[in-house]
Amino acid sequence: MTRTLPRPHKLSNSTSPTNSSGGGTAMRVIVPLQGVVQGRGGLFLGSVIPCALFYFLQLYLKRFRNDPGDPKDPNSSSPPPRTGSPNTSPSNSAGKLTELSGFPRSLSRSLLSPRNTGGPVSVSSRVSSILKSGESPFYLGLKRVEDDPYHEVGNSGGIIQLGLAENKLSLDLVEDWLDQNAREALVGGVANCEESNSSGIASYQAFDGLMELKVAVAGFMSQVMEKEISFNPSQIVLTAGAIPAIEILSFCLADSGNAFLVPTPYHPGLDRDVKWRTGVEIIPVPCRSADNFSVSITALDRAFNQARKRGIRVRGIIISNPTNPVGNLFNRDTLYSLLDFAREKKIHVVSNELLAGSTYGSEEFVSMADIIDVEDLDRDRVHMVYALSKDLSLPGFRMGVIHSYNENVLAATKKMARFSSVSAPTQHLVVSMLSDAKFVEKLVKINRERLGRMYVEFAGGLKKLGIECTKSNGGFYCWADMSGLISSYSEKGEFELWDKLLNVAKLNVIPGSCCHCIEPGWFCFCFTLLTEKDIPVVMERIRRISETCKFQS
Amino acid sequence: MAIEIEQPSSVELSKVAVSETHGEDSPYFAGWKAYDEDPYQESNNPSGVIQMGLAENQVSFDLLEEYSEQHSEAFTWGKGAPGFRENALFQDYHGLQSFREAMASFMEQIRGGRAKFDSDRVVLTAGATAANELLTFILADPGDALLVPTPYYPGFDRDLRWRTGVKIVPIHCDSSNNFQITPQALEAAYKEAEAMNKKVRAVLITNPSNPLGATIQRSVLEEILDFVTHKNIHLVSDEIYSGSAFSSSEFISIAEILESRKYKNSERVHIVYSLSKDLGLPGFRVGTIYSYNDKVVTTARRMSSFTLISSQTQHLLASMLSNKKFTENYIKTNRERLRKRYEMIIQGLKNAGIECLKGNAGLFCWMNLSPLLEEQTREGELALWDSMLHEVKLNISPGSSCHCSEPGWFRVCFANMSEQTLEIALKRIHDFMQQRERQRKPISSQ
Repeated sequence: MTRTLPRPHKLSNSTSPTNSSGGGTAMRVIVPLQGVVQGRGGLFLGSVIPCALFYFLQLYLKRFRNDPGDPKDPNSSSPPPRTGSPNTSPSNSAGKLTELSGFPRSLSRSLLSPRNTGGPVSVSSRVSSILKSGESPFYLGLKRVEDDPYHEVGNSGGIIQLGLAENKLSLDLVEDWLDQNAREALVGGVANCEESNSSGIASYQAFDGLMELKVAVAGFMSQVMEKEISFNPSQIVLTAGAIPAIEILSFCLADSGNAFLVPTPYHPGLDRDVKWRTGVEIIPVPCRSADNFSVSITALDRAFNQARKRGIRVRGIIISNPTNPVGNLFNRDTLYSLLDFAREKKIHVVSNELLAGSTYGSEEFVSMADIIDVEDLDRDRVHMVYALSKDLSLPGFRMGVIHSYNENVLAATKKMARFSSVSAPTQHLVVSMLSDAKFVEKLVKINRERLGRMYVEFAGGLKKLGIECTKSNGGFYCWADMSGLISSYSEKGEFELWDKLLNVAKLNVIPGSCCHCIEPGWFCFCFTLLTEKDIPVVMERIRRISETCKFQS
Repeated sequence: MAIEIEQPSSVELSKVAVSETHGEDSPYFAGWKAYDEDPYQESNNPSGVIQMGLAENQVSFDLLEEYSEQHSEAFTWGKGAPGFRENALFQDYHGLQSFREAMASFMEQIRGGRAKFDSDRVVLTAGATAANELLTFILADPGDALLVPTPYYPGFDRDLRWRTGVKIVPIHCDSSNNFQITPQALEAAYKEAEAMNKKVRAVLITNPSNPLGATIQRSVLEEILDFVTHKNIHLVSDEIYSGSAFSSSEFISIAEILESRKYKNSERVHIVYSLSKDLGLPGFRVGTIYSYNDKVVTTARRMSSFTLISSQTQHLLASMLSNKKFTENYIKTNRERLRKRYEMIIQGLKNAGIECLKGNAGLFCWMNLSPLLEEQTREGELALWDSMLHEVKLNISPGSSCHCSEPGWFRVCFANMSEQTLEIALKRIHDFMQQRERQRKPISSQ
């Protein structure tokens, strides 16, 4: 939970002309104001007062957004770097001032370098939206935890991380195994490079993963899903984590401008994975608490038709099973209906079964692969994503999986895997680990038990505070209804509560709006980075906050 | 540009998925297939195809082996290992600080300390392939253009164009001046892009050059930097072979030019590096983008989520790369061994009557076989390539797959094999050339 990372540094270059904020906006506000004030206060005051007003408005907005490290700020008032190091602006106010000074500054730059065509060098149009995404509560919260992480002994007033879905619960088991076995697995690999065309650990490997590893992964997937399904290793493509797996599928199944239907709430990361570089859109399909946030075919159909009316071509549906963050499992009937729908509309289905090994309820987990075995006709349209990180407690190892029955999809994704290949030593290590069948069985079993226990405890703790959670059957989150504590039943009200939780209660949680939930007041609490000791600390902090909320309303 | 392939199933794939832009059907890759089917092996298959089309560095692997034996604590991973918990869970796109620092320091060492690198500007990617593609996504929109000097690495067609939708406009270079980049060629390429209504976003150079095997001269680097400054575009310098220059002083990095200009206008420059060539660790997938532009650094870092290096690999390599004694010795020894190999192959080719471009870096040489062509065309070159592959049983890379405007040039790799194998390859070439001489004589005497 503790990380010592450098703060992201502030920019020292001015914004590109394609950026929307900065000088242009400032002038649009100031100039008319100037006209008004100049009539009263003369030229000098007429210029200073509107500028000052605008400056204070910016300050207020910035404080409200609680954004200490806005990467879109143009040049601060210090000179450009002399040593090539990033310019570290020590105070926030310098950054805030720059929104005004940004405009005249770019003029003076072009005067200094007459050979320039004027203005800073521009970057692609996707950059501004990527930088802007850093301002969403999801990323802001993560940043704040980095700067002030909770530590039982060293920093007990720090922010407790409840917004990052990493599983530390069974790390001790993995640690032990690695302690005893890692060296052999690795040293053997490095030294194994005798012949010039050997496939030792160092040389170029197949970009979509060693066959050995695919075989091991196929076996592991069957084990984790507790199914009789056997996954064919040649229908598997390995990638550096689930993130590129989803992106690669997005590149393959849809053209820029097309869209995927995704039931909400969904994990905020999906917006990045699907959209950033592909140009593909996500059309959210709202699910309601009244339905326990399960998706209905009616809603899918409605969303599909609305898209069509807007001239947007839908290429597929992306589901998570168990759903993330709510933790629902899809039953057989729903999966069959989904397939029927996809067949009718001639679209793909991507099933992200990343959390298949993290189920703990009494309900049966049904994989897409389960029902596809029988319905042969639809094999070409169904693709699965999986990753070992959640189940092996090793997200840092970057091991994602694409599984498809479609030969064309396999051919294309294999080629794209070269941009996101798994590191060879990691492949060898994981082969070694997965071949230790006893260890794997133990790990999966204990991991499930611990997850279940933590969930029950955490959800129970929230219940005592009058906060209800949906019944989760898997995953790392409690999906909690805190609408009783928000001042207004709106996104703004939800945001205010998130802000209080982060800055007053010092808890980083994910607000439902980041997950595109249409009902305000829902929050994700990730409990897998906690120990049992931490739970009372968290509950106490929530209790104190909820008192202030009740007092206010 | 997408070529429609038949899509029999009722559900279609994207245009990107079915396009041929991945380029894997070019001769560059076809030769590899021939090799895979009939690979040379000293004892088991002495008449098999010798792979001379793969730029992999195996000449200094013993140094790495030695290091891993002496420092096996780097391979400890578990309870005892320092920072295990942090490292194992670490999936942050900032990367391990110790590893970024190690990379920065290694890059400084390669440049003889003539340029400084700030670890906060190092962005980690899973290989240079991903780094080049990622930079393209950041610097250009679909439909924009990058200017790249020819001949260039065939993989660029895929890495820079395939998923990005960006076009490559060649900067033509030829043998009249040893394939150096000229201001006229830069200007001509820029105009060509303009004529196609394409917005030029960057010049991308490889220094030392692949496939030429030569470093770019200081004056040329200065001209290129002036050009991109004047046009207000970016410069990407792929310095993946920087540690493979035969002598440290002959390689000049764009970082040195920037330092001498006191980093004025540096926000348009970005350097790509990787451990695949210099350290001979392509399987590890370790690449980096070093950018002087803060916005690019921030964006690249976030985008690197799509191509992260495993924390275990970072941990493994961090201590090795920070061990200054080891890296100094490695860099020096590696340069020396590559130089020896280069001299061996040049001499061998000379004895066979074949001239090469004067090179001073890299894992390959740029060989001129144009006197052997039946016709001075691309077809003539491919015919020769075909006979080299199937008769001489050598896989070499034809210049046309590198977009070379002059037919008859071939890239020949020399570092991915033992000295014995190289001797055998040279002998085969020698025999081939002698046979050709004998074949010509009867004709010319008529």
